Amino acid sequence: MDDLESRALQALADIESTETLDGLDALRVGLLGKSGIVTGALKALGGLPSDQRKVRGAEVNRVKERLAEALAIRKRALEQADLERRLASETIDISLPGRDGERGGIHPISHALERISSIFARLGYQRVDGPEIEDDWHNFEALNFPPHHPARAMHDTFYFADGRLLRTHTSPVQIRSMQGRQPPIRIIAPGKVYRSDSDQTHSPMFHQIEGLLVDETSSFADLKGTLAEFIRAFFERDFEMRFRPSYFPFTEPSAEVDIRWDAEDGSSRWLEVLGCGMVHPKVLSNCGIDPERYTGFAFGLGVERFAMLRYGVSDLRAFFENDLRFLKQFA
Amino acid sequence: MKFSENWLRELVDIKADRATLCHALTMAGLEVEEVTGLGDSLDGVVVAEIIDAEKHPQADRLQVCHVEAGLAAPLQIVCGAPNARAGIKVPLALVGATLPGGVAIKAAKLRGVESFGMLCSARELGVDADASGLLELPVDAPVGRPLAGYLGLPDASIELKLTPNRPDCLGMVGLAHDVAALFGSTVNVPGEAIAKVMATAHRGIRLEAGHDAPRYLGRVVEGIDASAPTPLWLAERLRRAGLRPISAVVDITNYVMLELGQPLHAFDNDSLQGDIVVRYASAGEKLKLIDGSQVELDPGFVLVADDHKALAVAGVMGGFDSRVTDATVNIFLESAHFAPAAIMGRARKLGMHTDASHRFERGVDPELPRRALERATTLLLSIAGGRPGPVLLAENPSDLPQPAAVRLRRARLTRLLGVAVADAEVARIFIALGMRVEPRPEGWLITAPSSRFDIEREEDLVEEVARIFGYDRIPTHTPTGALSLAIEPEARISEHAMREQLAARGYHEAVNLSFLPADLLARWGFGEGRVPLANPLSADLAVMRPSLLPGLIEALRHNCDRQQDRVRLFELARVFTAGDPPLETPSLAIVAGGPAKAEQWGESSRPLDFHDLKGELDALIAWGGEPQRWSVHPTSLPDWLHPGRGARVTHDGNTVGYLGALHPRLAAELDLGADVHVMEVALEPLLSRRLPRSSPVVRHPSVRRDIALDLPEDVNWSQIETVIRRSMGVVLKELRLFDRYVGKGVEAGRKSLAMGLILQDASRTLTDDDADRCVRQAIAALEQTCKAKLRG
Repeated sequence: MDDLESRALQALADIESTETLDGLDALRVGLLGKSGIVTGALKALGGLPSDQRKVRGAEVNRVKERLAEALAIRKRALEQADLERRLASETIDISLPGRDGERGGIHPISHALERISSIFARLGYQRVDGPEIEDDWHNFEALNFPPHHPARAMHDTFYFADGRLLRTHTSPVQIRSMQGRQPPIRIIAPGKVYRSDSDQTHSPMFHQIEGLLVDETSSFADLKGTLAEFIRAFFERDFEMRFRPSYFPFTEPSAEVDIRWDAEDGSSRWLEVLGCGMVHPKVLSNCGIDPERYTGFAFGLGVERFAMLRYGVSDLRAFFENDLRFLKQFA
Repeated sequence: MKFSENWLRELVDIKADRATLCHALTMAGLEVEEVTGLGDSLDGVVVAEIIDAEKHPQADRLQVCHVEAGLAAPLQIVCGAPNARAGIKVPLALVGATLPGGVAIKAAKLRGVESFGMLCSARELGVDADASGLLELPVDAPVGRPLAGYLGLPDASIELKLTPNRPDCLGMVGLAHDVAALFGSTVNVPGEAIAKVMATAHRGIRLEAGHDAPRYLGRVVEGIDASAPTPLWLAERLRRAGLRPISAVVDITNYVMLELGQPLHAFDNDSLQGDIVVRYASAGEKLKLIDGSQVELDPGFVLVADDHKALAVAGVMGGFDSRVTDATVNIFLESAHFAPAAIMGRARKLGMHTDASHRFERGVDPELPRRALERATTLLLSIAGGRPGPVLLAENPSDLPQPAAVRLRRARLTRLLGVAVADAEVARIFIALGMRVEPRPEGWLITAPSSRFDIEREEDLVEEVARIFGYDRIPTHTPTGALSLAIEPEARISEHAMREQLAARGYHEAVNLSFLPADLLARWGFGEGRVPLANPLSADLAVMRPSLLPGLIEALRHNCDRQQDRVRLFELARVFTAGDPPLETPSLAIVAGGPAKAEQWGESSRPLDFHDLKGELDALIAWGGEPQRWSVHPTSLPDWLHPGRGARVTHDGNTVGYLGALHPRLAAELDLGADVHVMEVALEPLLSRRLPRSSPVVRHPSVRRDIALDLPEDVNWSQIETVIRRSMGVVLKELRLFDRYVGKGVEAGRKSLAMGLILQDASRTLTDDDADRCVRQAIAALEQTCKAKLRG
């Protein structure tokens, strides 16, 4: 009896001082295994008289429980310590850069073009396309530019040997969209256009977006409202705006739109950003639309100008140099 | 159109300062492009006369002048201007004056000689850009008079950017009418005196160009002094309008053109023979023009001729031989109306642009010629003397444009503008613009003056009301009209989504010009089907690009030259091939140079290869969801691809693009490394996408078998794949190549491929036996058709 008790005490001390899971397991076998001392003590119960057996049995079981509990506690502690050691050894430098994280980017002109198109898409304008190589009729005549008209002199035109030309504006898409279609019409036509002009502020190829609305009610007031909303949506702020009378053969009345632009140096000036007007009745008739029943407005804007203002690009030519040091600014 | 502000203010009373005036002009559609203030601070600058000028004792380039400026005694002034000489009258800035440039004039010693003021050039006074010497004033300039008052300063040159529909504002009087309408003022019409006829000189005029030249007036003026000086006031007005004074006769014709808008021409009458004939040029007819150029004409040009020879290109420029010189004594003054259609494009065709053609092709008031002729005669008599003959006139009234009355409906006006303008205001606007207004029940009947060529239809009148009423007074309204919802097909990838995808895969979007040099295309081997421009800006921008690659490769090189070791670019744009009409095909191209992966830790750098780029194509094809429509072929490659490392891409059997390594010869010629790989594919098939259609997920487990095959080197993967798929049928769910090995353990000329076969049956669970049997059959087929051997 004393023997079991004292060996149990010794065993508890051994468990407490064991540093490895293997050592702990060996202790467990020695105590609770088939030939362990506790198992031995239990087996010895059979030789006792029945009145002692009960008392003795309860004692042995208490010892067994104490030991089992001590083993379990110690095991958990050793496992925890093991895990901590392993985790400590597995620590990495999470500040090292990740792999294959490089990203390309979209050209600022595409950014601006998409932004403008999507604003108008939300207003119900459908995106349409037209050829870049146009004929004289679509680019000029149907838009009410008679041959040799001085208004053509404002469009320095690239020609091909067969008399075709590179469209000088996206306005011919108006014509192509109105032909064979009846109002209501709301379209937006983004694309490349060409003028035979090249210097610091002119590129022989640039991007325009043409918008057109034709229905039974539209007025100049609607045109003003639409463009004011657009400018606000594009720049995410309000601008002082002014509509100035101007002249385009395919709209009347025509206007140019200026916004009051605050430069970074604190100065402020009027900046022309758009041309627009009420669709000329001759243009509607040219496309088989009754100008008495329908009215409409059209507008055209230069995408580069909007991209320059929006993203602070100061040199038009940077758009076409494709220098990665520039392009990477717009990822 | 550039003009003197003071001149405009003389013609019309404007109760507004310069800034307000300019703003009002701009907001009325007469956009002010530039305002140049002239002589803003000329206090202390007076008219002076140089009495004597002697060389400075210490300096070669300086002179010591004595100058009379109306003071108690002449002033001594040291001057460096080359034209300083005794007897001329010049501006003198007195001590104490501050010139427009900020220069303060002080008494000074120049190289030891005292100087009490400064003689000035036009530039120093801010009245002109001329800095070549002292501004020489007329001999009758009053000594001692403040220069500002004498020159009519301060003033401003205002430049308008006039739109082509407003030729009426190409004359000061027309402009004054518009300004009067804006400010509710009236126009002080300049001298309308009729010159007294003092001679009988006559010349016949024959009109032979129909409605192109319906009215021609002329008159002979005899005995003029062609060398008479142009008066200062007139010269100054010309100068402030951007014209150089030349000689009295030319200056007067220019002045009347500026004032009234009617171009005039003066011939040396003694060089004319017989009648004036206004006719079409004959084919190949030649004429030497005043500017010395020789032009060859065609019957599209109207000529002013006499009985023997061409004299002038009507409405464009006069001839050299009949020009007025200092020796001219008798002149023939022309004041004619040419129709815009007769002049449009003619000057341009001759490579010129003149003040006359600019006005005539936009339209000049047909009622102006007589008034302009009288005005020019009157000025001529007062400046250069002479005896005018009678006004000679030929006209075909039926060929003249007739001002038509145009109807304006009140309801239409309101609908177009989106605001109701009061009747009284509409009437006031038209009356102020010099139009006749007749009320009608539904609106008005308006007759425009003959100067307003642009008023033809109702919308023209709507625009006039809007312009004078003020665009800023039109309200702002958001459209509420009918909408028709456009359907966007779901089975189509948007171009912008494609851009996003490529950007996410590490590519930067480039935008190149659509033009390429012909020699670069030749170098790439693009021969047939080019689309060249007829009038390119330069040889570098001469041909519409048949491919996006040459431009992208130039961009790649641009970046390589700027220390970028890894370049990934793409472009989405159209390419062009000849046709009727020329074909425009939206295209996607990518170029890649530098290592396969960005330089990073933990991964060794490896050169980019064909299959890296093919992976890009595979990813785009996978996006569309229909890989079975695509394939690549090693045959029929373009010249610019490496013949062994290039592929032709087909979609539904049609060639839609290429990818691969740039041909080493081209790469060397373009000074590029061997690692440059390119791809260009027609955009449309890439944007087409399968609309997803769900089928039940197979619940039975799949089985995997891995095999390694020993094969001849020239058996390609697509053959192997075809054989396996044919042999195994639908049970093969996936075939994965996971290793390719050549070298030790594999015979020369052969390769080892290791692959995983994933098998699944939709109706039952496959047993190991099922799977093994299928795989054995496939291996047997490969042994038979591809000389394959199963590796142990």
